[in-house]
Amino acid sequence: MNREFNPADWTEAISSKKRTFTLNFAEVWKYKDLIFLFVKRDFASQFKQTILGPLWHIIQPVFTTIVFLILFNRIAKIPTDEIPATLFYMSGITIWNYFSACFINTSSTFITNASIFGKVYFPRLVLPISVIISNMIRFSIQFGILILVMVYFALFKNYHVIWGWHLLLIPVICLLMAIIGLSTGIIISSLTTKYRDLNVLVGFGIQLFMYITPVAYSMNYLRNSKYIFWIKLNPLSSLIEGFRYALFGKGYIETASFIYSICFAAVAFFIGVLMFNKVEKSFMDTV
Amino acid sequence: MNNNAISVYNVSKQYRLGIVGRKSLSQDLNRWWHTARGKDDPYLKIGEENDRSKKGTSEYVWALNDIDFDVKKGEIVGIIGRNGAGKSTLLKILSKVTMPTTGDIGINGRLASLLEVGTGFNPELSGRDNIYLNGAILGMTKKEITRKLDEIISFSGVERYIDTPVKRYSSGMYVRLAFSVAAHLDPDILIVDEVLAVGDFEFQKQCIKKMTEVSVQQNRTILFVSHDLKAVSSFCKTGIYMKNGRIAYKGEIGETLKKYTSDKGISTGGTINTDNGSMIFSGIANADELSNLNMGTDIEIITKLEALKNLQNIFIDIAIYNEAGDMIIHLKTKYISQALSFTTGSGSSVSINIDKPNLAPGSYLMTLYIYQEGINKEVVLWVDDIPLCRINSNNPFFTEGANYLEEVRSFIYPKATIKKL
Repeated sequence: MNREFNPADWTEAISSKKRTFTLNFAEVWKYKDLIFLFVKRDFASQFKQTILGPLWHIIQPVFTTIVFLILFNRIAKIPTDEIPATLFYMSGITIWNYFSACFINTSSTFITNASIFGKVYFPRLVLPISVIISNMIRFSIQFGILILVMVYFALFKNYHVIWGWHLLLIPVICLLMAIIGLSTGIIISSLTTKYRDLNVLVGFGIQLFMYITPVAYSMNYLRNSKYIFWIKLNPLSSLIEGFRYALFGKGYIETASFIYSICFAAVAFFIGVLMFNKVEKSFMDTV
Repeated sequence: MNNNAISVYNVSKQYRLGIVGRKSLSQDLNRWWHTARGKDDPYLKIGEENDRSKKGTSEYVWALNDIDFDVKKGEIVGIIGRNGAGKSTLLKILSKVTMPTTGDIGINGRLASLLEVGTGFNPELSGRDNIYLNGAILGMTKKEITRKLDEIISFSGVERYIDTPVKRYSSGMYVRLAFSVAAHLDPDILIVDEVLAVGDFEFQKQCIKKMTEVSVQQNRTILFVSHDLKAVSSFCKTGIYMKNGRIAYKGEIGETLKKYTSDKGISTGGTINTDNGSMIFSGIANADELSNLNMGTDIEIITKLEALKNLQNIFIDIAIYNEAGDMIIHLKTKYISQALSFTTGSGSSVSINIDKPNLAPGSYLMTLYIYQEGINKEVVLWVDDIPLCRINSNNPFFTEGANYLEEVRSFIYPKATIKKL
């Protein structure tokens, strides 16, 4: 009997030799049913035994908008670039929530699912992908509310909706946000398997990070500030601004910053997949 | 393509002992620095044996050491060995939960592993939703599950509660439901780790029956790890005996079990379960004589004991097990003799004479349980897995074999005497 290992003889081969960059989408596709079952699980279990149930999806952005209105508009009197303040804050919060939820939930992938990962194999990428999809559904619900509020403003508050090609940017920006959230999330989740400090950092870090992202103010307002460099360095800034531009047709979008964000998403995605691949094979021994 | 379902080529697995802490970052950097220059990993020293009882020199330990074997299609293989021998690590590598440190593995066909029942069960979801979720985690598609749903539900016997969240289930119902999903997987290769140890006995039997049935019909390959030697012997055809991360024996199941039971105590003379430091068990004085007994004779066991303290009110219990791990004899000497007493430093022997126990041919292990009777019963010494005796067949009607042992499974309450020599 020949005792030389030849991968061609087998339908599946496990080898200690590591391939650094492999993205086995075919395998992930085979598990698509599992992705949707995980999404279903997220929704079914999240608001079990609550009175308001899925209404919580709506309450959260609405209340945050009210707080922002009082804090930044009424008290601090920060201008909102000719966009009605309610719509300005609500749009920022909606897209920001989408990013932060994607990021926070994927960043704990390995640790929260260690018990499942330790017992059974399926492509590990299935879990972060299901997280992105369930957040996308949550985002759609919140986006729907935002549209309703826009309609209300158009009907009763003399708000003029601007139609144009810029509306097509909305899905592009959502996709970019998802990619950045997923990529940075899986980078953190790969690192937390060894260095748990990051898990603590993520919780409050993301809250602080919101303040260097133009959620509660516009870039235009800070145009002449000495801090503008740092805010421009943040790849999310142009996306949040871009989202408002796409939705309201007002404000402006810098092509250079936008390209920077796209490049950032691409690089982060590449690094994320690289690290995820490396960690998913060995993390059970360190987690 | 070939006839093997699984081939394992020189697989080793290294684990790190201790806590991953601050030191790990500097070691990671050091390791990266060495490998980046094309040198060997400074922390990888192949060859150190994994023996729990000895403290190794390295911080790293080899849980598996150069494992190499083939499993043919349709073969049902039982993997046995003591705790820490590397059985579960091997299964984890085969099911891709963790990677081997060195070596390769080839697999032919769809593989499903059951390292736990009910992986991914969500307490908030109903039984039905959990069947889907658990099934999908184990690698079934939604269509497959829908096709088998009725069968799974009726097999589990929890029809009435199928739309109730599983957190309201009793633990028995929970396990039954989880098992049913597992029993209805049909991969080409199935890996099972001790999961059969949970659940009620009747249901276990039902599951084993279902799995064997399907495997015979569909030529399915099964790898089965268990401490329940009885289940292994009735379920498997081939056996792998693992010891300290290596394969000690691979072959026909009866032979493997024999190797395991005869090897079990040799290194330590039995495993000490409890030891309060006041007595030492130093072996069986007439071990040679016991290793070659004929059927139907009296058995005299002379245990060598040494007291480290003055001890009064001592009683000795013994239990004798067959190769499959079934208890055959349980003797409480409290009912047949006065309490014994021992004085410090003096070695003494205790003879226990069992009157014609009529043990079937085969090897037997003994558990020795010594306790002090007082206001509170205190266990002085408790030693498991002492190799006791080997009975030869002198009668053509009684031959050795796992199947034979399976049928003779009753307790014997023999006539016995005990005296201090």
